[in-house]
This record gives sequence, structure tokens and C-alpha cells, in this order.
Amino acid sequence: MPVRMSTWLMVLALVLLPGASGALAQGPVDVFEFETEEQEERFQELSREFRCPMCQNANLADSPGGVAADLRREIYDMIMEGRSDEEIEEFMHARYGDFIFYRPRFDATTLLLWLGPLFFLLIGAFVIYSIVQRTRTAGVAREEDLSDDEKARLSALLDKRGSSSVHPTDSSDRESPDKP
Amino acid sequence: MGKLKLYIPVIIFVAMAGAMWRGLSLDTRTLPSALLDQELPEFELRSLQQGDQLLTKADLPDEPFLLNIWGSYCIPCLQENPIFMEARANDVVPIIGVNYKDREQAALEWLDDNGNPFTMNIVDPEGRYGIDLGVYGAPETFIVDEDGVIRYKHIGTIDWRAWDDEIMPALTAVREGNLDEAVSGDRPDSPLPETGALN
Repeated sequence: MPVRMSTWLMVLALVLLPGASGALAQGPVDVFEFETEEQEERFQELSREFRCPMCQNANLADSPGGVAADLRREIYDMIMEGRSDEEIEEFMHARYGDFIFYRPRFDATTLLLWLGPLFFLLIGAFVIYSIVQRTRTAGVAREEDLSDDEKARLSALLDKRGSSSVHPTDSSDRESPDKP
Repeated sequence: MGKLKLYIPVIIFVAMAGAMWRGLSLDTRTLPSALLDQELPEFELRSLQQGDQLLTKADLPDEPFLLNIWGSYCIPCLQENPIFMEARANDVVPIIGVNYKDREQAALEWLDDNGNPFTMNIVDPEGRYGIDLGVYGAPETFIVDEDGVIRYKHIGTIDWRAWDDEIMPALTAVREGNLDEAVSGDRPDSPLPETGALN
């Protein structure tokens, strides 16, 4: 019987613990009172959007840092004063610069950041396209497919063109053999 | 054309490697100040030593000065203090303290124990003025010119090397009005200087 009891306790602990640790894993809790649900949503939204200046890799909502708490308070105050999201973003940007945004603004300095991936995607697409094109056109006729006679004629032709050509290197370039 | 095409991957590789190599040497711990070349934000805050007297921008020196964010809890500030004390003893530059998110009693005791290099101390208990300044932790030091415009910012500890190689040259340049040519420190569009540890 006592064995059964401890088993049940184990099960109970396993069921309850994940919930408990989940609660612990949440960010710092502030005691702000909002008048409307919309205000609270905006607060949550904004404090997730801004990056904590001190801890580098946390947003304001998750950061336990001192300055993050101060900035959350500023956001709260501004929301309660009825300021718009844009005004709050401007407030943060004026003080902490581009760093404060997790989602960088689209301007001249961030052009590469925003369009870089697209650029590389285009390059990749072009490379694949040209490879496909080449394999389609190439391989129509290969040297191995020729008979001994044809091979001899081909090398004779190439030699003749090579000697009269202005670009001697072309003779060794078998990239695009003429059709036999 | 065919030959040139062969080099395209190499060119891309070199360009990316170059960009990333530069990225490695960037100091991401220090933020460039958004307030450079802007007016020092307005304030109306109590003085640390003079009881309930309210200080404003009008009380600031009308020559270039240092504005140092400090607190009694801030260990790097202890390291800066002897440098500032010597600057004060030799009348090098006025240093204005912003006592940032500190307890006043602790701050006064700290000044008693370590010496007071500040010509004036502004109390910012909740860190609101610090936010206006874009501060994210003590110590941070601004150079403000005679017109009350922020001209330079040093994040982290000022040691003797930083004092001799950064602060003094920048201060001299601010006094002579040729900061942009003289200093390649923490200015926009230039690599950030190395700084000491943050608290």
C-alpha cells in the first residue's frame, strides 16, 4: 500500500510540475493597472516589440534588467496618457536609436538587411535556371557517340579552325562543339 | 563573358567574407548614442548635496563639461573616481554627476568615502532622466559643449587609457570646435571605440 501511495504522488508531481515551471519561466511581472483590455494588449504588444538596451537579446517584456523595467513603466505611462503606438516608438527611437527595434526599420542603412535575402534567392534561382538550360542543350551529341571516322573528321575540323583562328585558345575549348 | 561568370561565386564569397569579417570586429555591446549633436534634454531635478534645491539646465556650466552617470552601487564608478578627482584637483573640466537610480543616503556616503569629484550632482532616483539621455546602465559619460549640445558619449568605465586617448582629445576638440576631424570615436558612421565592462 505505501508503494502505491508514493506512485500516486509521483504521478501528481509529474502532472503539476510542468505547469508550475511554466509559470516560473515567464518574464518579470509588473503590477500595472489598465482601464481597458485594449490598453493592456497594446502594452504587451509594445513591450515585446522593443529590445532591452542592456541585455541585448531580450525584449522589454522578458528582460529582468533595471532599464527594461523603467522602459516598461514609460510605455505604461504613455499608454495611459493616450499616446499612439507611433508616438511611443518615436520616444524610444529618439533615445535609444535603431537598436531598440527588434524589427529594423526599412531605410537606406537597412536596405541590404531587408533585400539581401531576396537578392541571394534571385541569384540562386538564376544559377539553377542556367544549369537546367545547359543540361538541356548540352548532351545532345557527345564525343563518345561518334564513330572513329567521325572523330577523325571532327579533330581535323577543329585543328583547321584552330590554326586559322585569331583566338588559339578556342580550339581547346570544347564547350560547344558544332553539330557533326 | 564565360570566364567572368566563373569568378562570380568567388566575388560573392569575397564580398560576404569581407562584410562578415567586419561584423566580427564590431562591438555590439555599446550602442551608438541617438543623442549625439542633440541638445541635452531638459530636466528639473533635485540637487544631491544642496537639499531641496531644484536644478535645471540653466545651472549647468557655460563651458564644455562632462556629464557622468553614476551610482553608489556601481563598481566601475569606483574605478573612475580617482581619475575624476585628479581632473577636479587640476581644474581640467567641470564634471556634473547624475546620481542614477540610487539611494540618496548611500550616494552621500559614497562621496564621503571616495571623494567628491563633481561640481554638481543631479538626483535621478527613478532613472527617468536617464531614459531621456538613452542611458542603459552606469557608468556612462557625455561630453556636452558650451551650448548644451551633447557632442560625445563614452559607455562603460573610463580608465586612464580611455581618459588620455578618448576623453581628453574629444574634450579638446569640442573646445576648439573641430570634433569631427579630430575624433574617430563614438560618432555616427564610424567604428565604435572599445569600452570597459558594463555593470
